[in-house]
Amino acid sequence: MTDYGLLTSILHAILVASTPLVFAGLGALIQERAGVLNLGIEGLMIVGALAGFAAAIAGQPLGISVMAAALAGALLASVFAFLVLKCLSNPVATGLALTLFGLGLAALAGAQYVGRAAPQIAVWEIPLLSDIPVIGPALFSHDPLVYLSILVAVCLWWFLSFTRGGLVLRAVGENHDSAHALGFSVQGVRFLAIITGGALAGIGGAYLTLVQTPLFVEGMTAGRGWIALALVVFASWRPFRVIAGAYLFGSVTILQLHSQALGLAIPAQWLSMLPYIVTILALVLISARGQGHRAPGSLGQLFRASR
Amino acid sequence: MMQFQTRAETHWFHEWLAVILALVLTAATAAGFLALLGFEPQSALHRILIRPLASTYGVSELIAKATPLITIGVALSLSFRAGVWNIGAEGQLVFGGLTGGAMALALYGVDGFWVLPVVLLAGAVGGLLWGAIPAFLKIRFQANEILVSLMLTYVAILLMSVMVHGPLRDPDGFNFPESRLLHDAAILPKLFDQGRGHIGFVFALIFAGIGTWVVKRWHLGYAMKVSGLSPKAAHFAGYSRDTTIWLSLLIGGALSGFAGVVEVTGNIGQLVPTISPSYGFTAIIVAFLARLHPLAVIPAGLLVALSYLAGEAAQLSLGIPAAMTQVFQGLLLFFLLGTTVLVNYRILWVRAV
Repeated sequence: MTDYGLLTSILHAILVASTPLVFAGLGALIQERAGVLNLGIEGLMIVGALAGFAAAIAGQPLGISVMAAALAGALLASVFAFLVLKCLSNPVATGLALTLFGLGLAALAGAQYVGRAAPQIAVWEIPLLSDIPVIGPALFSHDPLVYLSILVAVCLWWFLSFTRGGLVLRAVGENHDSAHALGFSVQGVRFLAIITGGALAGIGGAYLTLVQTPLFVEGMTAGRGWIALALVVFASWRPFRVIAGAYLFGSVTILQLHSQALGLAIPAQWLSMLPYIVTILALVLISARGQGHRAPGSLGQLFRASR
Repeated sequence: MMQFQTRAETHWFHEWLAVILALVLTAATAAGFLALLGFEPQSALHRILIRPLASTYGVSELIAKATPLITIGVALSLSFRAGVWNIGAEGQLVFGGLTGGAMALALYGVDGFWVLPVVLLAGAVGGLLWGAIPAFLKIRFQANEILVSLMLTYVAILLMSVMVHGPLRDPDGFNFPESRLLHDAAILPKLFDQGRGHIGFVFALIFAGIGTWVVKRWHLGYAMKVSGLSPKAAHFAGYSRDTTIWLSLLIGGALSGFAGVVEVTGNIGQLVPTISPSYGFTAIIVAFLARLHPLAVIPAGLLVALSYLAGEAAQLSLGIPAAMTQVFQGLLLFFLLGTTVLVNYRILWVRAV
């Protein structure tokens, strides 16, 4: 990236740093719009990170690696779905269990992959657009997953806003009793939302191991799953605002790295705290403005059909 | 077709039956896993679960590991009862360890019976302040306490790292990121002549007793419980939700901070970058294993501490990676949550109409 100039390389790096958050944030969003609060995003991400990495090390192409990550995320999420939807277990605790279990599982199964590097992912230069000076190479010369993350956001927005399925999903999230009375399967919709969200979180994790680092290290998600959950609140449960929020957080991460490179005389740890502190500040700002009340009406509540 | 019917009242028998079922399921999964790896399950389980306890040293180690788990588990069982999800106990532990450790270093070379109490108090106050942040932000701005307390965990761990790399680093420590060893006056007495079990365990037992008294006999404990079960009912009864949030997070912070300084002064003896193998998160499992009863946190904490010892034994004698411990702790929580369905609901099998 050195031949592009500093601004270009910073913009480019911001997109790379933000993309895992876009995937994971959208994965949390689709579940929350269906009324499911899943605190297991962190666990889903790291399991996806490992599955994608393992596939890439085994020589699979990018498409297969991403699918492996999505499948791993969806599989682990189905455990959450079973417990919350079938056993009516406490969703907060179940999500935490998912995170603890996922982190442990990835550490255990991933020990053999530590120290290996994933093959380089080819860059897709978008014709014409990537020729624009400065912005072109920064925004339109990326691996396919960056574009996919935007595409997923567009699809999700379209699905939620303009399709019958999206309407049903939102109805289930806003008021599950009414949705049930209208004859919709609350548990069925939530199951699909959880599986989809798990798959997206898995892909978000895989982006870390396939593109961003590209290595696998125990606990490498470093709280990104939790930041993704905060992003959804920050975004008032809207897909495009998740992208905006993710890029904001990505910028904080990258500025932190660059200020280190510029030789600021501050210990690295102070700067590493920034993303977490910014997350808290963002939560406070949004919540103080009353935006928190835009949460789906049935968010985090268990549903049991009454006859 | 399976149908759930809400039980009018939960029965203690069902509660503990569910817990035992979850433990049996976890043990069975562990046995299956060991068999899959080619070990003879019975002797392997004996080797990792029973043999570590066959010596004074083993019991002492068990107590050392159970101490923070019980201390924090008591606070979390109160907090979760009240419906306040303090997930950041790990951060409160680390910050308490940092403030307490810093106090101990500041008093280095000072002798006196009062040094240790001051150090422990500094740890508890540090944790309390760290817990006060999510409480304040929740009450003043409605910011979600789960996310705030969790973010603060990462901040606390980084703060500890800054401090042991910089201001609190041992000047004669060859640049290792560690503080100097604490002065004897700031070291908690040991319980046995072997292992690391220390007097902090006695404090943990006292906290469990106080916690039980709060839940059973104190009006405040009742108000916290109602506030968790039904915020509306609590509001009509005149119980303040704000008070519940403050109390839950301040108690959680203080006890977690105490657990942190106890780790530093009882177990480690200096400040290091990592003072806890996720005790703050594991204590969540302890609280659920105890079904949020403070007294039951004692056996639950000992059991989960045993899982750490079992993990170490499995690593040493069977060559199984240490991450195994975390997997089975997570699995235990899954089973605990899954079997709770038997407590809250009567399961009926009805023919589909």
